[in-house]
Amino acid sequence: MPSNNLTVTSSPHIKSPLSARKIMYLVILSLLPAGIAGIYIFGLCSLKVMLISIISCVISEAVFLKLRNRDPKAILDGSAILTGLLLAYNMPPEIPFWIPIVGGVVSIVLGKQIFGGLGHNIFNPALVGRVFLQISWPVYMTTWKNPKWAIDAVSSATPLAKEGARGFSYLDLFLGNHGGSIGEVCILALIIGALFLIFTKIISFHIPASFIGTVMVLAWIFGGEGFFRGDFIFHLLTGGLVLGAFFMATDYVTCPLTRKGKIIFGIGCGVLTVLIRLRGSYPEGVSYAILFMNAVVPLIDRYTKTRVYGVSKK
Amino acid sequence: MNFIHPPELKESTRDKKIEISSLPKKVILPLSQHTGAPSEPVVKVGDIVKVGTPIANSKGFISSRLHSSISGKVVSIEDQPHPIIGRCKAVAIESDGQDAKAFSNEVRDVSDLSSKEIVEIVKDSGIVGLGGAAFPTHVKLSPPPGKNIDTLIINGAECEPFLTCDHRLMLERPKEIIYGIDLMARSLGVQDVIVGIEENKVDAIEALGSALFKVKSVGCKVKVVKLKTRYPQGGEKQLISTLLKREVPSGGLPLDIGCVVSNVQTVFSVYEAVYFNKPLYERTITVTGSFLKNPNNLLVKIGTPIRDLLEFCGLDSSEDLYKVIMGGPMTGVAQFDMGAPILKGTSGILVLDKRFGNEEEIDCIRCGRCIEGCPAGLMPCMIGIGVQNNRFDIAGSYNPLDCIECGACAYECPSRIPLVQLIKLAKTKVKK
Repeated sequence: MPSNNLTVTSSPHIKSPLSARKIMYLVILSLLPAGIAGIYIFGLCSLKVMLISIISCVISEAVFLKLRNRDPKAILDGSAILTGLLLAYNMPPEIPFWIPIVGGVVSIVLGKQIFGGLGHNIFNPALVGRVFLQISWPVYMTTWKNPKWAIDAVSSATPLAKEGARGFSYLDLFLGNHGGSIGEVCILALIIGALFLIFTKIISFHIPASFIGTVMVLAWIFGGEGFFRGDFIFHLLTGGLVLGAFFMATDYVTCPLTRKGKIIFGIGCGVLTVLIRLRGSYPEGVSYAILFMNAVVPLIDRYTKTRVYGVSKK
Repeated sequence: MNFIHPPELKESTRDKKIEISSLPKKVILPLSQHTGAPSEPVVKVGDIVKVGTPIANSKGFISSRLHSSISGKVVSIEDQPHPIIGRCKAVAIESDGQDAKAFSNEVRDVSDLSSKEIVEIVKDSGIVGLGGAAFPTHVKLSPPPGKNIDTLIINGAECEPFLTCDHRLMLERPKEIIYGIDLMARSLGVQDVIVGIEENKVDAIEALGSALFKVKSVGCKVKVVKLKTRYPQGGEKQLISTLLKREVPSGGLPLDIGCVVSNVQTVFSVYEAVYFNKPLYERTITVTGSFLKNPNNLLVKIGTPIRDLLEFCGLDSSEDLYKVIMGGPMTGVAQFDMGAPILKGTSGILVLDKRFGNEEEIDCIRCGRCIEGCPAGLMPCMIGIGVQNNRFDIAGSYNPLDCIECGACAYECPSRIPLVQLIKLAKTKVKK
């Protein structure tokens, strides 16, 4: 009887089939509908941006892992691909090719590896890249392309940037029939992916619900002429709110651990988004709102510990 | 309260009748196989013993008596492999092949037994909790003055994947379990008894229900409750919360909130001890997993080496074993010596192949699944991060001592961090 080659480890001896890598690839899968929509709406230029961004992220990750004396095989965990994809979704489709390259390097190096790699970063890496690009090359980052079937094919502004833009029907906004970032425009595709993530329990509803709910309520109260007259559906369907709330704010590493913390985080993101949209100098505030709330996650975590069984509430 | 839903994996043994295992040639009976002080040997090398002969007496109140499980000769009293603590002083007995009993099988008239007498029989029979923790049962049945016990809870949840021995016992010996319940309730002076069984064992719920109907002389109110199938539903604290909506205070015991919890197998051995004078020297376990031709539920002698049972179940030894586990897959202990014996608290032997291999561990990605799964309401990832960075002050501030080591966190962890191990380490450092 063999007894000298047995493995001895601490319990438990069975593990859930959902590994970190599997989670990453399922999130990537959930983002595909929005990417396909982006390609369908704006043409193959969207695909080019996505590929450049992903390749840039993966190469940066491999190089930095090597520099940190880590096993470069870790690029296979899917997190760099995911960052690259999210970064591309935040860019206009006809952007010069070198911008996603720079963005990918910044996302991975300054957004993630500098802090110690996966699990240690404070800010959402894709948003670090996006905000860096937005500050450095604001013109490139806001030169939008209309859908390829539009008669007026020259660049236009996104609906949010147009003062009181009402040239779009809710249906156009929902389907993505307007200018905007590659992965942000088609709300329908994003919602398909988001439902998949919630259904498979990869994300919980706490952050997206509190984030979007707060934006809609505040936009309704303060977004119009006088109180309670804002067009909250317009605020829901435009800009990066849906992409941000379901796919960026829910990033495990950079959001709070507990349900209570997640709700506070979502509300904070919502308040800041509306504040920037309505009172700030940028038309869009989702990225900055999430990044700002990322910074206070340790604080939220500290004050939203769970109640331990058998210990009464103080 | 949080629970998780691991696969049940009970198919291969759930329909198999309890079979009597072959008589071992030699048994090893460690002096420490219960919670509390090790027993003190009362036999010498060379002594002839029979089945049920006391071989070690309890030393102190929280301790337990130990009986020979076979008839034969004491061959050594020295350190032997122990499945949980590595090595421990043990009485080794070589069989004479007779299996002669040291006690008569006469039925005792239990109607006049006082509460004290029942506890005394339980104590003399060396009965401990057979659910796993092996806490001496006579201690549970003697609550200190001032503690008012109102409910006896019988644990038939068997929430660990793979294990089916409690299930089979409830199916095959329901009347005996009811008699045992009656005795325990009498000794505690308790009127209300609740039997909790998970809904994946509907047949056991029915068996106990109809046995209850047939047994007329029960002096207490017994209720059989169907529980959701989820892990760790059979944890003592979790079971109490589900059935009574009461929480055991942190650091406290069930008797602090008026209940005593006992496993169905413990109840059955109380029945056997009181009715037939039979000490605890055998129990039902599940032997299952990969490479076994005949996974089974077996009635085994305490002290039987793991090797004997694997052979009895037809282990295909040409294959590469990966892990052999004593207990269930969630809380069991991985073994390295197949000569280690079955203890009173052993509920199963599980053989796993490489498919259950551990994936490589990566850093915590803060997904929060361990928190969502923790039945004790802890934040296991934070304790883990504290320990990994040698910050026991941080680890300690997340209540590691309240961990019940059920393994839900490490099961759920997608980064495959050995959280239970890290929390156990935190416990030792925090205590100091």
